[in-house]
Amino acid sequence: MLKTIAELSQDLQSKKISSLELTQFYLNRIKELDKDLNCFITVTEDEALAAAKAADEKIASGQGGRLTGIPIAQKDIFCTKGIKTTCGSKMLHNFVAPYDATVVKKLKTAGTILLGKTNMDEFAMGSSNENSHFGPVKNPWDKDCVPGGSSGGSAAAVAALLVPGATGTDTGGSIRQPAALCGITGIKPTYGRVSRYGMIAFASSLDQGGPLTRTAEDAALLLNAMAGFDEHDSTSVDLPVPDYTATLNDSIKGLRIGLPKEYFEGLNSEIAKKLEEAMREYEKLGAQFKEISLPAMHLSIPAYYVIAPAECSSNLARYDGVRYGYRCADPLNLEDLYKRTRSEGFGNEVKRRIMIGTYALSAGYYDAYYLKAQKIRRLIRDDFVKAFKEVDVIMSPTAPSTAFKFGEKTSDPISMYLSDIYTISVNLAGLPGISIPAGFNSHLPIGMHLVSNYFEEARLLNVAHAYQKVSDWHTRTPTGI
Amino acid sequence: MSLTPEEVKKIAHLARLNLSEKDIAYYTPQLSNILDFVAHMDEIDTTSIEPLAHPLDLPQRLRPDTISESNQRELFQSLAPEVKVGLYLVPKVIEEA
Repeated sequence: MLKTIAELSQDLQSKKISSLELTQFYLNRIKELDKDLNCFITVTEDEALAAAKAADEKIASGQGGRLTGIPIAQKDIFCTKGIKTTCGSKMLHNFVAPYDATVVKKLKTAGTILLGKTNMDEFAMGSSNENSHFGPVKNPWDKDCVPGGSSGGSAAAVAALLVPGATGTDTGGSIRQPAALCGITGIKPTYGRVSRYGMIAFASSLDQGGPLTRTAEDAALLLNAMAGFDEHDSTSVDLPVPDYTATLNDSIKGLRIGLPKEYFEGLNSEIAKKLEEAMREYEKLGAQFKEISLPAMHLSIPAYYVIAPAECSSNLARYDGVRYGYRCADPLNLEDLYKRTRSEGFGNEVKRRIMIGTYALSAGYYDAYYLKAQKIRRLIRDDFVKAFKEVDVIMSPTAPSTAFKFGEKTSDPISMYLSDIYTISVNLAGLPGISIPAGFNSHLPIGMHLVSNYFEEARLLNVAHAYQKVSDWHTRTPTGI
Repeated sequence: MSLTPEEVKKIAHLARLNLSEKDIAYYTPQLSNILDFVAHMDEIDTTSIEPLAHPLDLPQRLRPDTISESNQRELFQSLAPEVKVGLYLVPKVIEEA
């Protein structure tokens, strides 16, 4: 089933296929292929089939919308009422959420069918999906390679055609980097554009949800349903949401694309070559390129690895074995309950980040770490603000390499952190960014990263769609899948 | 900027994590490396720069102080490891005199 959400939507509306048939088709693919790929932590077969029947009735009565009857998957970081929500952690292995996240509610209201919850790095901390309590996800393009992370299950499921679209979250690149490594499209919206209510918190000033799909058009369809103000999220921004599909086909003639010189020094030659080919296509469409400079960018990973762990140590303090989730056996006293619950319930990477954050926020170190990082965060933001006076969109690779092998970076946390070198600054600045397929290095996909000014998701999707109309990388599928 | 095993032990306690001697030996060099890497921040002088707490520099929104949630104690407590008569149970905190 090579069809996109946009095509499936037409087939459903014209009754060429029913939602029940479509849902059954994808559930069968999951059964057949996911034992090996491990994209899903939970498959919600019964609920999906019931929802598909209801969707077919809605379509039959002429009340269907563009997403009615479309199967999707939710990253297991989004709370789903009555359905297990683990966040990839032993800490929440038994947690059945008592409410729906706003994103879940909105996608349900739009008529989508939830097929299940996708695998992820524990508490969204990781770039390879190797940190999941439920085992790693395999990259459908090469099963010896990682799918990226932390939204690795969502990305691999879309790439393997187990589902036409899925949600993800992005704190430092967790939508865009796996989208790149799996050869699909993934957009991280502006901070505040998509509600964080019911999205289990990692680093609250950086986390943002968004869709992973095969095409920019599909991302626009899902983002239409996901975006918007939510009174339950105190950092949700109250601005009108445009129809992201309305401007997809706008001309990009005269578009100014910036190339940060810092990003192209020492870049892998195959990735550089593919980006140059994409540039030639954009020039044919009337875009102009301009070299820009983002001088503070080299400090984005150091600043991020203070801010994200600091916020994580504070957010994850709630997991104490008292109100929900994992509890250690036979605690001797309250301190033993807290300490053993947390030591047994969290994995290594989560513990590392909790400890770094705890240290950075501890008495006497606040100015040297957290405050310093927040100051650098302003410099990074200001670099982008300045650049967007000269250009409309900034282009770079999404990741410094294609998918890497399992175990390649697990013993050296910093080498793993560097996987997000092109994406992390965008989270620090709160800007929107998208990754789209730009070719292959041997058999592994290469991602192209585009960043625009605040709340210009429509422009990003337009620029991405313009390229997808003249390229076919996004239509390729892994062999044997 | 390297951490000592004693410092890691202290941090683990502050974070309410139970680390064995073996764990401490495992985490000490890793955490030290991360902090050394983070120290690159000192390459630039930020004395006159205002910290940025919110990526859009927006203040927190306020809402009217009215009740907006209903009581769902039973539902929430059904998720807890141990409850009794509507209370969350933990090991005894106060010792008898």
